Amino acid sequence: MKHILSVLVENKPGVLSRVTGLVSRRGFNIDSLTVAPTEDVTMSRMTIIVDADEVGYEQITKQLHKLVSVYKISDLTDTDAIERELVLFKVVAPPEKRHEIIEIANIFRANIVDVGKNSLTVEATGTASKLDAMEDLFRSYGIRQLTRTGKIAMSRGASDR
Amino acid sequence: MTDSTRATAPMAGSPRTPDMPDDIRQHTCTSAAAGAYPATDMSREARLARKQRAISGEPFGPGSHTDKEGKTMTGAQAIIASLEAEGVDTVFGYPGGQAIKMYDALYDSTKIRHILARHEQGAVHEADGYARATGKVGVVMVTSGPGATNTVTGIATAYMDSVPLVVISGQVTRGVIGTDAFQEADIVGITMPVVKHSFLLQSNDDLTRTFREAFYIASTGRPGPVLIDIPSDLAGEQMVFHYPDKIDIPSYRPTYKGNAKQVRQAVELIRASTRPLLMVGGGCVSSHACDEVVELAESMQIPVVTTLIGKAAIPCSNPLNLGPVGMHGSKYANMAVTECNLIIAVGMRFSDRVTGKLNEFAPHAKVIHIDIDPAEIGKVRDPQVPIVGDARVVVAAINDRIAKVGATPVSDEWVKTCFAWRERWPFYTADFADYPDRIAPEVVLERLSSKLDPHASVVTTEVGQHQMWAHQHVHREESRTFISSGGLGTMGFGFPAAIGAKIGRPDCQVVCIAGDGSLQMNIQEMATAIGNGAAVKVLLIDNNALGMVHQWQRLFYHERYSCTEFTANPDFVKLAEAYGWKAERIGHPDQIDGALDRMLASPDPYLLDVVIPTNQTVYPMVAPGAAIDDIIGAIDVTLGGVRVTEKGMSPAGETAGIVAEPLPLSDDDADTRVAGATADIVPDEAASKGGE
Repeated sequence: MKHILSVLVENKPGVLSRVTGLVSRRGFNIDSLTVAPTEDVTMSRMTIIVDADEVGYEQITKQLHKLVSVYKISDLTDTDAIERELVLFKVVAPPEKRHEIIEIANIFRANIVDVGKNSLTVEATGTASKLDAMEDLFRSYGIRQLTRTGKIAMSRGASDR
Repeated sequence: MTDSTRATAPMAGSPRTPDMPDDIRQHTCTSAAAGAYPATDMSREARLARKQRAISGEPFGPGSHTDKEGKTMTGAQAIIASLEAEGVDTVFGYPGGQAIKMYDALYDSTKIRHILARHEQGAVHEADGYARATGKVGVVMVTSGPGATNTVTGIATAYMDSVPLVVISGQVTRGVIGTDAFQEADIVGITMPVVKHSFLLQSNDDLTRTFREAFYIASTGRPGPVLIDIPSDLAGEQMVFHYPDKIDIPSYRPTYKGNAKQVRQAVELIRASTRPLLMVGGGCVSSHACDEVVELAESMQIPVVTTLIGKAAIPCSNPLNLGPVGMHGSKYANMAVTECNLIIAVGMRFSDRVTGKLNEFAPHAKVIHIDIDPAEIGKVRDPQVPIVGDARVVVAAINDRIAKVGATPVSDEWVKTCFAWRERWPFYTADFADYPDRIAPEVVLERLSSKLDPHASVVTTEVGQHQMWAHQHVHREESRTFISSGGLGTMGFGFPAAIGAKIGRPDCQVVCIAGDGSLQMNIQEMATAIGNGAAVKVLLIDNNALGMVHQWQRLFYHERYSCTEFTANPDFVKLAEAYGWKAERIGHPDQIDGALDRMLASPDPYLLDVVIPTNQTVYPMVAPGAAIDDIIGAIDVTLGGVRVTEKGMSPAGETAGIVAEPLPLSDDDADTRVAGATADIVPDEAASKGGE
């Protein structure tokens, strides 16, 4: 099953490769990974999604804990966490189809960020299922290009997990 | 060159003799006599004090209390000053372009002895042997590029066996990193999977803290190698030297004390168990848990089996010690594991060489797993009671709890059963000989063992058949006196490790048990031994083959000896003599005692080449992928002391197994073959898992 890990690490060169190297070395595939500095610039937060069974997942977290560059690991898989992802769609949009696409974008509270002669670029944020639904709809018009950021996640309430 | 000129003047590259002027060129810091360096204090108190100091985060040496504190100096001088602040007395290494500034600073050090290896791999193994023999952190200094990449096998060896090392590598200057500069290699990237931690130094502001962190991380928690990569421009830059007297790393907090509730649960399981067994590994050695483990074993009458790295963690003379377990463990130890109903695993990691076929491993046993590394717990075998903590601290807590609740052994029946198994299936019997009139390696090692002080001598091994014979037949009473590459199985490890051990413990007799394959992987270190007054002894078990693979080919690959029989071995005696060693060769059993005595009495490095039959097989053996009670070739005294092959056991005196007896030798060793008696009974599935 898919696990969402929120990993607080040192903000130093090479740390990303320590983390990804370790996960792949133990035989697991990373579904998605995002990394950026946190409120404290000496630290970065990684949100890693891995597909692993329980035993494998336990090994990954224990091994990650052993890295001196890792401060903290939170498992946000089954918690009531806020998950978001950002996506950019470049949709095929001849003039006669533009308003349909804009309408779809509006329904999903997405923004049009670029217009070309025959294309529209739509920026959307949300949960994975919302973005999947949008992608399905845009497919019928033709998607020239698509980029997803991968998930970021944060626990709800005051807890700093 | 004619004979007459050879007699008058030594040729370039000929053996150095003490009166040759070359020695004059050596600086005092590299050529000081071994006697000038005090032996490491190996008392229990001293060992525990070192451990405690490591955990406290304080430097091993004077720290900031040196005359270098507060002085302005170059980065290179600060590197050497940092090593002195850590109390480092010995550095193993090899200079080069990007390390030249460090070596220039080392030239002025009066506290650090540099051991010049002949290959960087040798240097790392030497530091590893030094660390394993003394319990101190081994230090290595090398240059960039090939110097650094040559250390990889050594670092990986130390990583697999949890040995504390600090490896300092020169790097190209910061301005050209990433440009494929001359002798540039991304050593931090290359070694990432095999280090406990690594640093690429970016500024001299971080230099001293990095060194303190490196020594702290290497020596605490589960020990391991740490790499510091230092661009050579930093080594040339000026800085003010301040060494930290304390370090704290928020993201690195090993657990030492075991959870009290889990300790109570463990004691309940031990109290209730009718057939308990202790399995002890390297963690007992690195945490100095030996006395505590013995106390637990004796108070509750628990037999003990040991892994290769855990050998000597409890004295071999203790009757409860059943010794080696696993692929070449004894039949009685493997039977004890299979039949026990509780395993107390202390500082061991259920390596596949110990467990054999996992789903038939200890099928009746509950498991208490004590390890300082949480990732080891549940990795291979799910324990009923996991305890994360330092082995000594946790076992001491268990002992206290046992005393408090007044627990006593359930019965003595289990121990008696194990002892009876030991009587029935000994490793070797005096009247047994696979090949009469040829030297049996078992006998040589028994004889060697009886001539060594089991408390104050160090035995190292290379990797292969001789390693397993040594594991089976060398008697040890004290931890850190048996040194072998377990996890990585590095051929070429044992000989340099012996040199390192001798340099760390010059008062001890140090013997490397080697094979003719392994020895040739780092044979150049003979020069290191002679050049540094390290009078190590090499007992070469010489079968003119890669014996272990040869054995597998004989047993599991239909005697197809692909690339395992040497056709061009050197004359090891002449080779040793060329390096300035003493050496001799023996081939008959009558020569064993005299030769061993001469070797051990020699004040110089000494090689004893012991010729044995190529087809000599290490028994007992568990086929790869088989259960560990499914044993080939254990000697059964109830059948008159012949080798038998069976799974589990038949009643004493009868066997369903096949008797494996070697054929008589013909004149030409290579043409003789042991009867492939066992090949037929090994399932193909098991054979196909072989990967040695």
